[in-house]
Amino acid sequence: MTEFLQHLVNGLSVGTIYALIALGYTMVYGVLKLINFAHGDVYMVGAFSGYYLSQVLGVRGPFDANPPGAGEVFMKATMVTMGAMMICGMLGYAIERFAYRPLRQRARLTSLITAIGVSFLLEYGFQLAPVIRSPIEFPPGPSPRLFPTLLERVPYDRVEAWTGVNMSNYDLYGLVIAFALMLALQYIVYRTRFGTAMRAVSFDSQVAGLMGIPVNRIITWTFILGSALAAAAGIISAVARPKIDPLFGLIPGLKAFVAAVLGGIGNVPGAMVGGLVLGLAEEYVAGYTDSSYRDAIAFTVLILVLLVRPAGLFGRVTVEKV
Amino acid sequence: MARASLLFKSVLPFLIGLPLLFAFQAVVSDTYRLILISVGVNIILAVSLNVVNGFTGQFSLGHAGFMAVGAYTSAKITLALADVQFTFLPAAVSDQAVFALSLAAAMAAAALAGFLVGMPSLRLRGDYLAIVTLGFGEIIRSVIENMKALGQATGLSGLPPRTTLAWVGVGALATVVMARRLAVSTQGRALFAIREDEVAAEAMGVDTTGYKVRAFVISSAYAGLAGAFIAHAIMLSTPRMFTFVRSIEVVVMVVLGGLGSITGSVLSAIVLTLGLEALREFQAYRMVAYALLLIILMLVRPQGIFGTMELWDLPFLRRRFLRGLAKGGGDAGSKGAP
Repeated sequence: MTEFLQHLVNGLSVGTIYALIALGYTMVYGVLKLINFAHGDVYMVGAFSGYYLSQVLGVRGPFDANPPGAGEVFMKATMVTMGAMMICGMLGYAIERFAYRPLRQRARLTSLITAIGVSFLLEYGFQLAPVIRSPIEFPPGPSPRLFPTLLERVPYDRVEAWTGVNMSNYDLYGLVIAFALMLALQYIVYRTRFGTAMRAVSFDSQVAGLMGIPVNRIITWTFILGSALAAAAGIISAVARPKIDPLFGLIPGLKAFVAAVLGGIGNVPGAMVGGLVLGLAEEYVAGYTDSSYRDAIAFTVLILVLLVRPAGLFGRVTVEKV
Repeated sequence: MARASLLFKSVLPFLIGLPLLFAFQAVVSDTYRLILISVGVNIILAVSLNVVNGFTGQFSLGHAGFMAVGAYTSAKITLALADVQFTFLPAAVSDQAVFALSLAAAMAAAALAGFLVGMPSLRLRGDYLAIVTLGFGEIIRSVIENMKALGQATGLSGLPPRTTLAWVGVGALATVVMARRLAVSTQGRALFAIREDEVAAEAMGVDTTGYKVRAFVISSAYAGLAGAFIAHAIMLSTPRMFTFVRSIEVVVMVVLGGLGSITGSVLSAIVLTLGLEALREFQAYRMVAYALLLIILMLVRPQGIFGTMELWDLPFLRRRFLRGLAKGGGDAGSKGAP
């Protein structure tokens, strides 16, 4: 029972990360019908912008000679997260504007190849030796870096004594922030004018354009929103597992894509459910069997979904039109 | 008559190529040997991937997985038969026979893997297929990394250095001839039809899934061959040699040369391999250069340098060729490219 609960906690904390990244995939796919391959790398950039921002802001860990007060910790953690989300939003804008928009009228394969190119550019561009030396070292180079301690890790001893489950405030904050962001997104997509326009573009972008919806602007904002969510996911995961390197977005990115497909790509609530289900599935399967196959589980899920129900859990089954 | 001429067309390249290759092998010094082998291997990879990505218009990102299958199959065989000698053959010939056997097994195993992967995934289209093949490539690698018999992450080492320039040359020739014969056959026409419009092809009675799976199987078999060559050239086979990055390198070659152009793939494989070799000091920039090349190519010339044309279809070459014919008054032009 203890093991079961432990896997539940771990699965949920991984699943929320997948869900946050999957939202970006699914929204972009909804409006553009494009798999934004570079999205996993935006997540990586998010973690790195958090890393640099905390250097600039001078975040002191709890073990510093002069440990920060509670108010300062909260302020700086919020500023780092918000700042990373803004930086990634700008990155998302730049990617859309300069790599995808010029190709929008071309064959879909062209955009896909470009997306792979952008993804590799970010991954390997970040692995180059630092060009800027001071005040910060950028790009970070291939060796992993340690993400600063934004918050002190407080293990919940009472929970552990009661149920035997090892849990800390990181898990709780991660869950709360992720769910808050998802609720906010849900509100934006289903209750605001922008969300209505976005759904219209996703339904049929040409007709939406004829109805006076500024399609380009909607697509741009979709990219910005998705990238900001990925940045938040990057920060949440980097706080809990502080080793970050330029390739660490690759596998979570692919798994989040699987989550988006599982939930029905293009479907916003589907991506959240898909992410959580995938996180839990991975944790339970790896926990009860051989954990060295962990990375293969997600792809197995993907193949099963595509064979059994290609539209995903919540997707609409579409008919091929000529 | 028709059959004889077909046989002639398939065999002639080897009749011309083999003596040249052996002569070449005798001349080339050891320093360039490995570079030329990697050029040959990349030609095999690029041309075989072009059968799926270029001819058929599907988008596979899992070529490295099939390479891995081929490399490990052949490595297991050459390791197991390292001490075995065919008594009726001299030692050197016996070794080559074992290697040939392992190559055949590598192609068969990779083809089987291609069939198993292709059957479910080729029902999907476009970007979904890309992700699924990528996933399968990673699964293959993950399985190898966990198998005790395959040496897990450290891989298999101490393979006999069997790959010679002549072997790779024959492999590359075979791949090019295969692709060319395929392109001008009924099967090839069906593949082009699928590329141009899958729905229309199906409406015209083309068994789209069947043709796609066949193309995929052929392509994987040759990827397995390339994997076997590379493993026996560097005497090592590890999972790290067959990552997603390796697949992307091949995709870049195919896309740069032109999706659907055999000569384009060959040329870009040669140019990219040699170019990267020349830029070895700037190793760190290599993947960045690949990425930028892809993006700029897509923005400026999405069909690749040659598009679907072959080298001899290019306007300026074609004009010169025709002028030469007019002067010579030959009749070779009548059979020219369709």
